[in-house]
Amino acid sequence: MVRRGTSRRTLAAALALGVPLALAGCGGDEAGGGSGGDGGAVDSLRVLDYYNNEPDNTFYQDVIDACGEGAGITIERQSVPGGDLISTVLQQSSSRTLPDVLMLDNPDLQQIAESGALAPLGDFGLTADGYADGVVQASSYEGELYGLQPVTNTIALFYNETLLAEAGVAPPTTWDELESAAAALTTGDQYGLAFSAINTYEGTWQFLPFMWSNGGDESDIATPETAEALQLWVDLVQSGSASQSVVNWSQADVNDQFAAGNAAMQVNGHWQFPVLDDTEGLEYGVVQIPAPSAGETVVAPFGGETWTVPQTGDADRQAAAAELVECITSDENMTMLATQRGTVPTKPELVDDVVAETPAIEPFAQQLPDLRSRTGELGAEWPTAATAIYTAVQDALVNGTAPAEALAAAQSGS
Amino acid sequence: MTGTVTASAGTTAPAGAARERPRGLRSPRTRERALELAFLAPAALYLLLFFAYPVGKNVVMSFQEYTTRTFFTGEAPWVGLDNYAAVLGSSLFTQALLNTVLFTVGSILGQFVLGLAIAVFFQRRFPLSGLLRSLLLLPWLVPLIVTSAVWRWMLDQDNGVINRAIGALPLLDARPGWLTSTSLALLAVVVVNIWIGIPFNTTILYGGLQEIPEELYEAGSLDGATGWTAFRHITWPLLRPVVTVVLVLGVVYTLKVLDIILGLTGGGPANATQTLSTQSYELSFRQFDFGQGAALGNVLIVISLVFAVVYLRANRRAVDE
Repeated sequence: MVRRGTSRRTLAAALALGVPLALAGCGGDEAGGGSGGDGGAVDSLRVLDYYNNEPDNTFYQDVIDACGEGAGITIERQSVPGGDLISTVLQQSSSRTLPDVLMLDNPDLQQIAESGALAPLGDFGLTADGYADGVVQASSYEGELYGLQPVTNTIALFYNETLLAEAGVAPPTTWDELESAAAALTTGDQYGLAFSAINTYEGTWQFLPFMWSNGGDESDIATPETAEALQLWVDLVQSGSASQSVVNWSQADVNDQFAAGNAAMQVNGHWQFPVLDDTEGLEYGVVQIPAPSAGETVVAPFGGETWTVPQTGDADRQAAAAELVECITSDENMTMLATQRGTVPTKPELVDDVVAETPAIEPFAQQLPDLRSRTGELGAEWPTAATAIYTAVQDALVNGTAPAEALAAAQSGS
Repeated sequence: MTGTVTASAGTTAPAGAARERPRGLRSPRTRERALELAFLAPAALYLLLFFAYPVGKNVVMSFQEYTTRTFFTGEAPWVGLDNYAAVLGSSLFTQALLNTVLFTVGSILGQFVLGLAIAVFFQRRFPLSGLLRSLLLLPWLVPLIVTSAVWRWMLDQDNGVINRAIGALPLLDARPGWLTSTSLALLAVVVVNIWIGIPFNTTILYGGLQEIPEELYEAGSLDGATGWTAFRHITWPLLRPVVTVVLVLGVVYTLKVLDIILGLTGGGPANATQTLSTQSYELSFRQFDFGQGAALGNVLIVISLVFAVVYLRANRRAVDE
């Protein structure tokens, strides 16, 4: 009896002690895999990204493995779903288990850099020479470069060649043409245009090329220029050229509508090529987003991921990690990734080679010099502005609030 | 309860009493008490770890500026009531609160009335009633993410089956924007939530109905109480305790509904379906303002707590009766 009592007490004590130990164990593994912790040669590096879908997964695995091999380093790569990346990074930064090389979606870089979790790449002698200005801005925080982005993407206007030919409509290049083309292409169950005005950052992202090309600016959205851009969207929806449902559509939904022939034109990105190419009987073309009026420059936002070196507290590993980032973003890899993935290289001098190989990318590549970073102006404050923009867009489209009022309300509310 | 009282009386007993049981550890009373504690420990540990800690942390967080930065630096400056002021003062709060109330009241009302009607209906035995009753559970069994995706599809303004059916009706040329107009979106979300909630209400209420003795209805029918009168004077009074439980649990479940709204409308269009829970999610996990998200979450907890207290009291009364 006594024995049993004692052992039970020991068990309880062990439990009480064990739980905190187990919890600490989750976060204690500071240096992670590899044995570079004690200043010796670095023989392995941990990499975190969100390319968990094929074919991107393989493309990046190949590039990263080749880079690792070249440096004699084993790569431990982890891919999480896109939506989980930031929460994974936050967990890892609080438990000090950040990977040696971290991929971030470019508009997130400044927020993470602000927290102090990233090392300036200048410390390792990396520069962003030859990159498009907007791309460098997005990867910089307070004047320091924190990431390098090999390829980028943006949005353009897709059109259904068959439907346009039937209606005798040419792909639009200006807002006026866009409105008349969309109206002419709207018949029965078919809408002229589809775009995403959803209440997430995706909706904001789709609105930006219209807002920026017209001279609008995110630091103050209550301006006539932005109101004009919003008026264009309101007109398209109110005239029936675009569905009311745009306020609920993500870009994937927009693409589905386009692929199903429910919309003759759509605003979308080139990552939709694989889906559209698999759609039987669909002939489509791509042009730049229409400009406010003929000859004006189209300023579009850019997407894509940037590669960073987190502060892991181990100088040797960080130096090795910086070399890996340099290798991933080398000219050859940039060209290869751009060609394989159908994306735009971030160095303008490489664009011609890539376009020669994948002509479909041209309307996107044309915009590269004028691509604008979402976080270039507001930095870590961008999420607030982005929220205000989609709030105003929804207010105008759904409630029928006048664009100027909707924008003013959203600007002051944020 | 009595065991604990005697045990603690034993330990606080004067020294004289202790001498009568000199070998403290081996005395049956102490051992009994240790045994009780050992039985309590797992539950206490569980509660502390999985309830007290998260709730406590949430309360602490709501008084801090807790952002992405905090995760790396560990610094979360105290900001007093700033988060609460920002959240409660925001123009969205009143709308989200109103939407939460409308959503909850609408859902509960619909779920309860339809659930009760179905439960009463199934009290009669008829061919295939057992099969039908189990089919009714279906909405409960389908994952919520699937439910919302399918309903979103059906409610689509242009190509959804509902609007296509309306379009096929003669003399009707309307395509209601179920999920795209501010006046209908909340209604659509409520309807979907009612559909999901009916099985829960039916199941519990059906169980309650089974408890009512058959003889009462027989006696009632002798006195001429049949149909509505029987329901009014026999079923309803005897079902009251079950009704309270269903309603209070329903309110607590409905207040925190997040996935259905996120799946159907994401809180839109133009915040027409934004509730306290979706807004709290938005603040924490889209804008990464964990402090404000926690503050709003706490407001929601307090509201739920009120109903939880009502539930506990109602439950105690039911037991006493």
